[in-house]
Amino acid sequence: MESDVLIVGAGIVGCACARECALAGLRVCIVEDSVTGGGATAAGMGHIVVMDDSPAQFELTRYSRSLWQQLLPKLPRSAEYETRGTLWVAADEEEMVEVRAKHSAYGAGGVRTETLNEAEVAVEEPKLRAGLAGALLVPDDGVIYPPAAADWFLERALAIGATIVRGKAISANKGELRLADGTKLRGERIVLATGTDCSLLPSLPIKKRKGHLLITDRYPGFLHHQLVELGYLKSAHKLESDSVAFNIQPRRTGQLLIGSSRQYGDEDSKSDAAILTQMLERAQGYMPELAQVSGLRVWTGFRAATPDKLPLIGPAEGLTDDRTIWLAAGFEGLGITNAPAAARLLVDQMLGRAPEIDAAPYLPQRMTTQAALHA
Amino acid sequence: MPESITVLVNGMPVQIQAGSIVSAALLKAGEPCRLSVTAEPRTALCGMGICFECRATVNGVRHRRTCQMICCDGMVVESDR
Amino acid sequence: MKHADVIVVGAGPAGIAAATAAARHGRSVLLVDDNPGAGGQIWRGGIENFDKAGEKRDDPAKTKALKGLVSSGATLLSGFRVFDAPGPSQLRAIGETSEGTEVVTLRYDRLILATGARERFLPFPGWTLPGVFGAGGLQALVKGGFAVEGKRVVVAGSGPLLLAVAAHLHEYKASIACIAEQATTSQLAPFASSLLSHPSKVWQGISYRATLYKTPYRTGSWPISAMPNEATGLLKSVQLTNGNKTWQEPCDMLACGFHLVPNTELASLLNCKLQVGFVAVDEQQRTSVENVYCAGEPTGIAGLDAALIQGEIAGLVSAGQSASHLHSRNLAERRFGARLEAAFRLRPELRLLPALETIVCRCEDVTYEDLAARSSWTDAKLQTRCGMGPCQGRICGPATQTLFGWTPKSVRPPLFPVPVSAFCVHDSQQTVSEEIA
Repeated sequence: MESDVLIVGAGIVGCACARECALAGLRVCIVEDSVTGGGATAAGMGHIVVMDDSPAQFELTRYSRSLWQQLLPKLPRSAEYETRGTLWVAADEEEMVEVRAKHSAYGAGGVRTETLNEAEVAVEEPKLRAGLAGALLVPDDGVIYPPAAADWFLERALAIGATIVRGKAISANKGELRLADGTKLRGERIVLATGTDCSLLPSLPIKKRKGHLLITDRYPGFLHHQLVELGYLKSAHKLESDSVAFNIQPRRTGQLLIGSSRQYGDEDSKSDAAILTQMLERAQGYMPELAQVSGLRVWTGFRAATPDKLPLIGPAEGLTDDRTIWLAAGFEGLGITNAPAAARLLVDQMLGRAPEIDAAPYLPQRMTTQAALHA
Repeated sequence: MPESITVLVNGMPVQIQAGSIVSAALLKAGEPCRLSVTAEPRTALCGMGICFECRATVNGVRHRRTCQMICCDGMVVESDR
Repeated sequence: MKHADVIVVGAGPAGIAAATAAARHGRSVLLVDDNPGAGGQIWRGGIENFDKAGEKRDDPAKTKALKGLVSSGATLLSGFRVFDAPGPSQLRAIGETSEGTEVVTLRYDRLILATGARERFLPFPGWTLPGVFGAGGLQALVKGGFAVEGKRVVVAGSGPLLLAVAAHLHEYKASIACIAEQATTSQLAPFASSLLSHPSKVWQGISYRATLYKTPYRTGSWPISAMPNEATGLLKSVQLTNGNKTWQEPCDMLACGFHLVPNTELASLLNCKLQVGFVAVDEQQRTSVENVYCAGEPTGIAGLDAALIQGEIAGLVSAGQSASHLHSRNLAERRFGARLEAAFRLRPELRLLPALETIVCRCEDVTYEDLAARSSWTDAKLQTRCGMGPCQGRICGPATQTLFGWTPKSVRPPLFPVPVSAFCVHDSQQTVSEEIA
């Protein structure tokens, strides 16, 4: 029995794609080796955020955030969706200039924001240290618990005819997906949504970017919004070296999720004491009371990073001659945010539907053009 | 004979033998150490600092394990909510 | 930073024996324990129990061991809990007092893990009610000053611990309604007869029975629910069954635990190999990791004498001494341990005790119904938060293993919750190294 679409990987992106395909009437089968949402989906922060490190990223996150907002009434309680907003914190006047620039840029892009001065920030977040220059509030950003959301996407897809096969895919070739146990699945298209695992397509320009997170015990009322320091973008931009940037999120349980770190080249999932220290010291610098807060667990995860920091959504043209291979990969730190948009853009392309935003910046084939340009 | 000290449990003074653990003071006062996620009253279960059911706020610091903490005179203990 | 030739983690009987042996043979020894005083669980210190004559009760074995420790020259670091192994031959520990916290880095040439065991808790309707405690748990609380005089207590679950707890509570003037042991008499029989080959244990057994001669010891019986007083919400009675008949036992408290599970988390963090959930050791108590030894319950639940012998062996070997004269006793205690395990094996009915709405993960209030639909420990963790709370799965892990056959995945630091500031220890700050004498 042949599927219209075979999806490899039941992380949040794969599951969102499965649902979107099924809603469009496509016969879809999703293949997963382990636990739904068990990879980067479980390791990440669950931040739904509009990010403007490039116009294309801004468009994609803006669009995807609006799709999340449409999903909100349908999501189960276990997905813990909350519209907590994001506060981009400015430590000094130089960063405050960036705040005002962001305020204009977001406004021009149709995204609501507010600038706050030092006094207003202190009222919004009393536990932030004194002496900050101000902040940008993006009130419609959200927080979600990703594994539950992934599970919901999958469950919705299965309810309207999608199927799931548990097993490890070892090859994807001209519409045939082979699993480790010898099973062969056939599909008109094979979508690779496998995070940092490039074994099915070694030419994928995806590198692992290790991150650390710490979750605390419950401290209701400690934190109201997600906080990100403006230096976060500089950290996310660095292609080579290790960096940390302050990032903290309140969960519905009252627990705090503290991040963030980025490292290239370290493939070990063990936590790195030196960078963890740096990350937590930076966090304590912004919120001194964190020092005494009880930390329950530390873990690491691997973001999937592409050379231009934009994801690969569409046919894998240029990366392979096999016209059956499609990609929904390379989301770096925005996999949760961009999952619904990626799913929608993917299906738009499969059906020849006009997408609601320009899909060109995320097409995999740009990688060859760029490579040619840089040759 | 053993001396007795006073600790405050949720605002109520409790007399307890010196050297007692804080969980014992909460139990003597009939107060739970904490309320669970679904608001069930909970007290110490394992008595050895592993189950975390005995967490309470001691002298203003949340989530202290009271089964491994000795009472001091004047200590302020409140149930974790 | 503190450095010692030998660091021993856990100051229960095994740890005390290990530290004493190593220190007596000239090694600098640091014994680290998270309780306010040495003794572990079985020799837990606390509020002294005064008998009618106002005389302190004495446990001769414990007194002897503690005297030996003090005179050996080993250094005891109490109130510190190991939470990480940040580098080769390094441990990090935190001490929390009501004033504040202190983080210390410990360096060793040889490490002896004597981290003991904890009770296994199995969920059943009403087990989260106030008044329901662990068996060892209630004993610890009583030693810590919780008054049980005149209270009516049901002791239930499994293991020799139940007898020790009941006898101890009796000494503190509680009234023991009954002891309900889930193992059947026929399952226990080989163990009972093996006590004859271990004379000292027979005396222990006899002294328990002497204390408790009037208390019903019902084998093949287990609790099926703890019932509250509707008005107060406090425990009112426990419903027990033997598979045929069911009866109510009115009581003020229930002390319930289903035998012991080993504390192997630090060993796992150090990559020591486990076998059937216990730390694998050779006859010299060496683990699969060089210079790391393990003694006592983490290698197999085998009781006090096994812990003492294994601790002594580990201490001697870590100090470069021979321990071959202790091998035959060690073997004998291991055989005892095997019989202990067989005697107190859990019966299948215990898997069916929880109702759909019974809470299984107490940290996150996850019910049996929530978990029954999940496929593995990891799946349950991600979808229900089971195991994501501060106990890090130490309570619900063994429970879900019994209920569903799940095994938790690998261990990561911190081994216990610690304040965020505890992660921010710079190795440069630790260059001033204190040599343990």
